[in-house]
This record gives sequence, structure tokens and C-alpha cells, in this order.
Amino acid sequence: MKKVLALILALSMALSLAACGGGSGGSTTGGDTQQSGDSGSSGASGGDTVRIGVFEPSTGDSGPGGKQEMLGMQYANRVTPTVDIGGKTYNVELVYADNGSTSDKAPTAAAELVGKGVSLVLGSYGSGVSMAGGPVFDDAGLCAIGVTCTNPGVTVGNDYYFRICFLDNFQAQVLVNFAEEKFSAKKAYLLGELGNEYDQGLITFFEQTFTGNGGEVTKDSFPTNTSDFTTYLNKAVSVGADVIFCPVSIAYATQIIKQAAAMNLEIPLLGSDTLDSNKVLEAAKGSSVQLYVSTFYQEGGSPEFDDGIKAWLNEDSTAMTNNGGDDTIAAVTAMGYDAYYVALEVLKAAGSLDLTAIKSALPGVTYTGVSGAIGFDDTGDAVRDTAYIKTSDNAAGAWALETVQTAS
Amino acid sequence: MQYAISILLSGISLGGQYALIAIGYTMVYGILRLINFAHGDVFMVAGLMMVYLSAALPLGLALPLVLLLTVLLGFLIERAAYKPLRTAPRMSVMISAIGVSYLLQNLATYATGGLPQMYPEIPGLSATVTIAGTSVKWATVVTPFLVVALVIALTQLINHTKTGMAMRAVAKDFETAQLIGIRLNAVISVTFVIGSFLAGIGSMLYFTNYQSVVPLSGALPGLRAFVAAVFGGIGSVPGAVVGAFIIGLSESVIKGSNWSVFSDAFTFALLIVILVVKPTGLFGEKVTDKV
Amino acid sequence: MKRESKSGAWMVLLGAAALLVLVTALENTLNPTSNIMLFMALQKGAVYALVAVSMNLLNGFTGLFSLGQAGFMLLGAYTYAILTMPVENREAVYYIYNGCAVNFSLPELLGGGPVGLVLGVVIALILGGCAAAAVAWLIGLPVLRLKSDYLAIATLGFGEIIRAIFQWDKLGPVTNGANALKSFPTFSSFNIPGGLRLSTFMAFLLAGICIAVIVLLINSTYGRAFKAIRDDEVAAEAMGIHLAKHKRLAFCISSFFAGVGGGMFVMFANQAQAKTFTTAMTYEILLIVVIGGIGSVSGSCIAAFLYVAASEWWLRFLDTEIILSNGFKVPFLRTGFRMVVFSIIIMIVVLFFRRGIMGDKELPDLLRPRRKEGAGK
Repeated sequence: MKKVLALILALSMALSLAACGGGSGGSTTGGDTQQSGDSGSSGASGGDTVRIGVFEPSTGDSGPGGKQEMLGMQYANRVTPTVDIGGKTYNVELVYADNGSTSDKAPTAAAELVGKGVSLVLGSYGSGVSMAGGPVFDDAGLCAIGVTCTNPGVTVGNDYYFRICFLDNFQAQVLVNFAEEKFSAKKAYLLGELGNEYDQGLITFFEQTFTGNGGEVTKDSFPTNTSDFTTYLNKAVSVGADVIFCPVSIAYATQIIKQAAAMNLEIPLLGSDTLDSNKVLEAAKGSSVQLYVSTFYQEGGSPEFDDGIKAWLNEDSTAMTNNGGDDTIAAVTAMGYDAYYVALEVLKAAGSLDLTAIKSALPGVTYTGVSGAIGFDDTGDAVRDTAYIKTSDNAAGAWALETVQTAS
Repeated sequence: MQYAISILLSGISLGGQYALIAIGYTMVYGILRLINFAHGDVFMVAGLMMVYLSAALPLGLALPLVLLLTVLLGFLIERAAYKPLRTAPRMSVMISAIGVSYLLQNLATYATGGLPQMYPEIPGLSATVTIAGTSVKWATVVTPFLVVALVIALTQLINHTKTGMAMRAVAKDFETAQLIGIRLNAVISVTFVIGSFLAGIGSMLYFTNYQSVVPLSGALPGLRAFVAAVFGGIGSVPGAVVGAFIIGLSESVIKGSNWSVFSDAFTFALLIVILVVKPTGLFGEKVTDKV
Repeated sequence: MKRESKSGAWMVLLGAAALLVLVTALENTLNPTSNIMLFMALQKGAVYALVAVSMNLLNGFTGLFSLGQAGFMLLGAYTYAILTMPVENREAVYYIYNGCAVNFSLPELLGGGPVGLVLGVVIALILGGCAAAAVAWLIGLPVLRLKSDYLAIATLGFGEIIRAIFQWDKLGPVTNGANALKSFPTFSSFNIPGGLRLSTFMAFLLAGICIAVIVLLINSTYGRAFKAIRDDEVAAEAMGIHLAKHKRLAFCISSFFAGVGGGMFVMFANQAQAKTFTTAMTYEILLIVVIGGIGSVSGSCIAAFLYVAASEWWLRFLDTEIILSNGFKVPFLRTGFRMVVFSIIIMIVVLFFRRGIMGDKELPDLLRPRRKEGAGK
């Protein structure tokens, strides 16, 4: 019996040690924030920091996009590293947690941010991870601002999730309008990754709007990790599609465009905001593929921002690599940049680092960023009615603004 | 008609590329009774090495160097991860293979930062050609011929050289082969070298067609090639090639039909059916368990 | 001998009870916000421990090498999510398909409130397990005739097929297609507002009960038959063990608990989506089994907690650049490095510590030799 007791004791000691080890690390950080909150009111000397959580994928399928989104925040943090809250200046520290693009890693990544005592969370690129991490923020009473997660499910039923981008149904509608106006499209071929809520959601909305207007669609889904898209593209040709809509992630988009180029595809390709990436541009360069994407921002929208971030990209080699090796500005970068400033506005409006104050201040915040005016509606979604459609200039290897669309 | 031809062409080219990977699986399985899960990842690493080497070196130098490094990688994996476990239960070796595959994928993610890498254009292979109204790359056209040529060379090697004879002996009976003085480790290394070499060539054809390389690029072709190897009768080189072409063609046909959602699932359903109906595959030899 | 095994059982039971009390105490004394990583790791660890033990039952105790665990988890996960999601949330979750084809929710049918919640969740988890076991029985008919590697690859293929079916948009009104199922009861639903926090306790309790059932099974005549099959099929058959029946039984029971584990996994992850349940997840669980020791239940449990904590918590710092106070930048540290280090650790375990943490021993076994020494004196 003594052995039993000894064993139980040893076990519980080991466990509580582990708990205390983890606990002490965690509680100090928690304590820090608490202190800075207190000192904020008492007006103690500077050196206080406010932590903003960055909930983004840097590995996995959405890794490239997540990194570009983070670049915007990092750049904004360089430009404006401090914020005045309640009459006191704080240094802003970005705290990163990689959600690995998968929803099974997202809850722990979200918990990591909660545990580090951040005041506000930005992210994520990709809606699935946002939906998986959402309840963790909700439980902790921590507000999250989605940057480019466009799936309607992100904010529905979660009081603490907000977002600054437009939604999939809006985006699909814009693209349908564009396809009908520009190409008088009657038949569309829709291609997305099987089991990816982003692709399938957009495809469903596109189908609903397009068939509602009297059009006809053929839908296909390819399994994850597919590389051979020639059969799908040939199918689009054989059904006589006027446009191909492929709202897929960057890695697949590069494959599709390369293969379309090799088979001299004449049907225009329509893409969603994920295709707005310099990797995609690189794939289309020098080919005859017609590529149109809907997006949040077009280079030239704010020359000051463009020049500043380009200068930074050119001097910082890590940032350049994360941007895919050149200085083309992705729309998600502009969105990340805006998100950072929205976060600062929220903190200013809240006037303290108290999470409930932040929560009550957030819905009322408005901000005009490089990607346009940002405000929130009742569900926490952004009030947005404009999307940019740009096309790839294959000779120059750059994006050219095609049109600015509003949903009708 | 044009559509049918395009499906056929892409099926044949896929089949050819799967065949080159499947041979590696089938030879290793024939000798070690090991599903080398890392083989698909060796294929992916060969693609990545080409991306990095061709950026630094002229193509004429990069091509042979990639093949050499791929062979070296296959050899090292066997020495480091499988050889120490030769006496361990088969499950341990298989788990070690899964571990290596995991490691290679994570290393690739670390190296590339998860960004898709563009495969360089290989003069000759990357140019397009129009066949019956469908424009395809030369790589697609060349693949089946190259595969057949390589397979003939390989069967000659297996059937008519001393090394080949040793390989057959080891495949037949591990212990007796050792008793009659065959150097087991050398034979196994040769097997891995041949398998990796073919995977290297396969990766060149495959990535010329489908140009971006990501850390998981090898997973699906690897799994499909393995299914092909089982389908054809594991251990048999011609079987693997026939199986690969069947898998490639059927994948292409399913993708072209209205059931494209199940193109992956179909491959596996086919596998389960063949395993249940004819567990030794199309060309496999019947084995009886000794008590 | 008999007395010894009895005291062993008491010991295990006491240990488990102490663990539960400890977890509840920790959860209610420590600050839930700053220690959230600890509780997340504990919850996920408990789920993975159950799934790993269920896999161990098949791979370690019966010698059937199956790689279909993620597929069975998926079945349990979806059954659980569909049966427990509150009716009022269904419209919003199934927004693409204009509502769900299944229009009832177990916790609500059972009267709602705390009692309805607990009962509904437990029944849904059991039904999830049953769904997985039923499917396992069906595919077991052809597949279980296969030998080791072939069985592995066939079950692997089966996992992929299941995933494709659940992602198929024609089944959308039931499975919600590619979209995630969410807003069903999760572990944190068991935290009483303003009162006791019971989320981690629930995870431990559910996993503990299931693991206890598996342990009882392993120690029964069935368990001995399974071990006989593992050690030598032919000899087992000669001893009068019905091979096909016992293999099928082991396969179904293992799948049942994988299904329950799948349900618990989505309770942890807050959402159920088919693309989470990939082959990579099966490999993760397999590695846990190997690290813990093939054929050791307590090994699998310990390994599950270590694995989860290491990969998602302790090693996370490897992903961010660290610049020391003297301006020295620690080399290699950047995104993805954590997984590289982690896979190297796994390879070291696989190659040099082949028997894993526990080998085929259990925690109580470790004390026994010493006791004999004591008796010798």
C-alpha cells in the first residue's frame, strides 16, 4: 500500500510541477499585462508594452498567404511602433502563433495567444482555422479581427470575431457580374479543392448567382495534393465554357495556370482573392493565359504605402523571401497593414487594456485605410461594397487594374 | 474526340510517371518486405533539389547532379533508417519509413518556407507539341517510351547480371541467400540506388509537366504508385508498370467523368477490390506461409 | 497472485481518481487565461490517449496493423456533431444547403439543461462509436482476410474513401459538404458559469472510462485470445481460437473507441471538418503508440500527453527568431524548425529506443520487481 501512495504522490508531484512550470511562465505574462493596465491609469513611467496576437498560418497550404498578410502587420508595426492608450504611450509588440493552416492545430495556436496575454488578435488568412480558433477567443473574452477570412461562418454565432474584409457571397456576386458584363458568359466551369470550405463556399455562391441569372455551370472538385489539372481544363474546353472559375489556394493556382499556358487555353480564368499573389503572377508571366482576380487592394491605391513597403521589402531579405522573392504588393499585405491600424484605433477607443472595454469599443470603430473605409455591422462583418478586379499583364509580369465592381 | 484524346494522353503520361516511382516500391518490397513510405518524398526532394541546383548551376550540370544526389539520398536513408532495424519486427521498419517521410516533408517545409517552388524549364521536354488538336508538353509524349526503355534495361539487369541474380535470390529467400554468400547489404543498397534513380528521372518528367513543387508533392503520387505496385503484383517489375498505366488511365478517366470527387477514392477502392479478389496482384507469385 | 492483481487494480483505480481530483483542483485554482496552454494540452492529450490506446488494442495487442484510425474518428466525429448541434444553430451552420436534413438534437430531446446536456453528449458519443464500429464490421468482412502490410494499406485507403464521401457536396444536407460543423457542445460547455470549471475534468473522465473498459477487455479471456493471435496465428487457431471472429471483434472494438475518440476530438477542436482527419493524423497516433511502447496502455497514455505537449506547446519557441540580449541571433530558428526538431526526435526514438517509453510493460509492473526483492529479504 505504501508503494501505491508513493506512486500517487510522485505522479501528482510531477504533474503539479509541470503545471507550476507552465503556470508560472504563463502567469508572469498575464501579470505583465495586468500591471501595464494598472500603471496606465496611474501614469507610471514608459516602457510598457501592449501585445497584439497574430493568428496566422506560416506553414501548410495557406502558409504563403499567411506570411504575406503578416508582412503588412510587420510593416505597419515598423511605421507605427507605439500607441497612445488612455493618455499613455505603449510599445506595440506582435505575438505570433502559427496555426499551421489546419483546424486541428488552430485551437492550441489560439490558446497560445490567450495564454500570452494579448489584448487583441489579428487573423487569420483562411476561414477554416479562424472558425476553429474562434471559440477559444470567445471563451477567453478576447476580441479577434479577421483580416481576409471571407467565409460567412467565421463571425456568425461568435460575438468576439470581427472582420475587415468582404464576404464570399459578395465576392462571388462581383465575379458573376464581371463574367457576364465582360465576357457575356452563359456557361461557366467551376473547379475547387475537395473538402476545402473556402473553395466550395465560393463555388456554391457563384453557382447560385450565375444560374439565377440564367447561366449554366459544370462543377468539379479535385482531391487534395492533386497536380494534374489538364483533364479538368480539357473538360472545360469540351463543355464549351465561357469562363473558368477556380477559387483555389496559391499552390494549386500556380499549377492550373502553368498547365493552362502549356495547352494554350483560350478560356479566361477567374479567381478569387487567394489568386492575388506574386507566385500566381510569376506562373502566368510570358504565357497567353487570361487571368482575372477579385481582390481587396490594387497597387497604386495609396502611393505612400506602396513606396514605403517596397523600400522595406528591398532592404529586408527575410521579408522579401516571405513575400515570394519580389516586391509586388499582395492585397492581403495591404489588408494586414489596415488590420494593424484598426487594432490601434480599437485600443485608443477602448482607452485601456481591459478586454471588456476593448470588446465594447470595437464595434463602433471606423477607420479609412489603404484598402478603403472600414466599419463593422451587427454580426461583426465589415461594411464593404467595393471589390477590385485586376488582370495579369503577362508581358510585364504585373497586375493591371481591370475594373472596380460594386455588388448590385 | 479531341477531349477523349486529351484524357488518354494525360492518363498515359501519368501512368508512365507513376510507373517510375512504382518500380522503386516494388523492388524494395520484393526484397525487404517493406513499404518504403519515404519513397514518394525522395521523389519530392529530387524535385526540390532540381529547383535549387538549376538556379545555381547550368542545367547540363544540374541534371546529373540531381540524379546523383537523389541516389545518394536513397542510399543514406536505407543505411540510416532501415539497416539498423533489419532484425526488428516488420512493423518497426514500416514505422521508421513513416518517420523518414515525416522528416523529409518537414525539412522541405523548413527549406522552402512552405512556398510553392517553380520547377525550371528543361529544354526539349518543356516545349509543347500538338497532337490531334490537343497541345501537350514533350515530356508527356516522351514518358511512355522512356519508361518502356528503362524497364527493358532493368529486366535485362535483373535477369542477366550477377547483381540481378543476387537480387532475385534475396527476394526469394532472405536467409538462404545469405548462406550461399550473397552480400545482403550490398544487394539491398543496389535496390535502393536503382529505385531512387528511377524516382529521380520520374520527378523530372512529372515536375516538367506539373511545375510547382511543394513539400507534399510526393505524397499523392507516392501513394498512387504504391497502389499500382500492389495492383500489378508486388515484387514484379513489369507488373508495377502495367499497374501504373492502369491506375494512371483510370484516374484520368474518372477525373473526366462526373465523378471527379471520387478520383482518389476510386484508386483505393480498386486497391481493396484487387487485394480481396487476387491478393497477389496481376503478376504476383503465389506465396504460401510456412508454419 | 490473485491478491496481487487485485491490489494492482485498486492501485490503478486510486491513481485514476487522484488524477481526476488533481485535474479538477488545478482547473479551478489556476488562472484559466494565463494557463490555457496547459489545459488545452491536457484536453488534447486525453483525447489522443484514448485514440492511441484504441489503436494499440489493434496494433499492439492483436497484431493487426491497421491505418484506418482517422477514418473511424471521422465517423464518430460527424455522428456526434450532427446529433448534438442545437436545432436553432443548424440554419446558420448549413447555410449553403438551407438547413440540415437531420432536425433534432439529442441534448434538447432529453430535456435540455445540464442533465440533457450530459446525457445527450454521452449518448451521442456512444452512437458515434457505434457508427464507427458498424462500418468497421462491414469493411472488416473483406479486409481482415489480408495479411499485415496489405491490411495496413487497405485500411489506409479506406480512410481516404470515407473522407471523400463526407466531403461530397451531394451529401451536403447531412454532412455540410466541405464546410465545418460547429456550435455543438464542446468541452468548455461543461464549465458551469460562475462556478466550477469542468472542461478538462470531462475530457479526463470520458477518456478514463473508455480506457478502463479497454484495459478490462485486455485482461479478460478475449484479451488473452487477442494476444495469442498476435504471438502466433497458427498456434492460436490450433488452440481453438476462432481467428476470424476474434479479429473482427478486435477491429470493431478498436473502431468503436476510435469513433468515441473522434467525437471527443471535435469537442476539443470546436468544429468538425472532414479535411482534418487525414492520413497524417493516423501517422501521428501511430507514432504516439510507438513512442509509448507497442503493447502498453499506460505507455500510450504517457506518450500522448508528451507528444501533444512537446509538439504544440514546449517546442513552439523554435518557430520564432530569438535574438539574445547581446544581439546574437540564434541560428536556424524560423518557421518550420519546430517540426524538423520534432521529427528528428521521433526518428531517434524509433531507431534507438525501439521499445518506446514503457516497452510492453504497464505502470504497475514497474513496481512489482522491487516488491519481490523486498519479499526476498
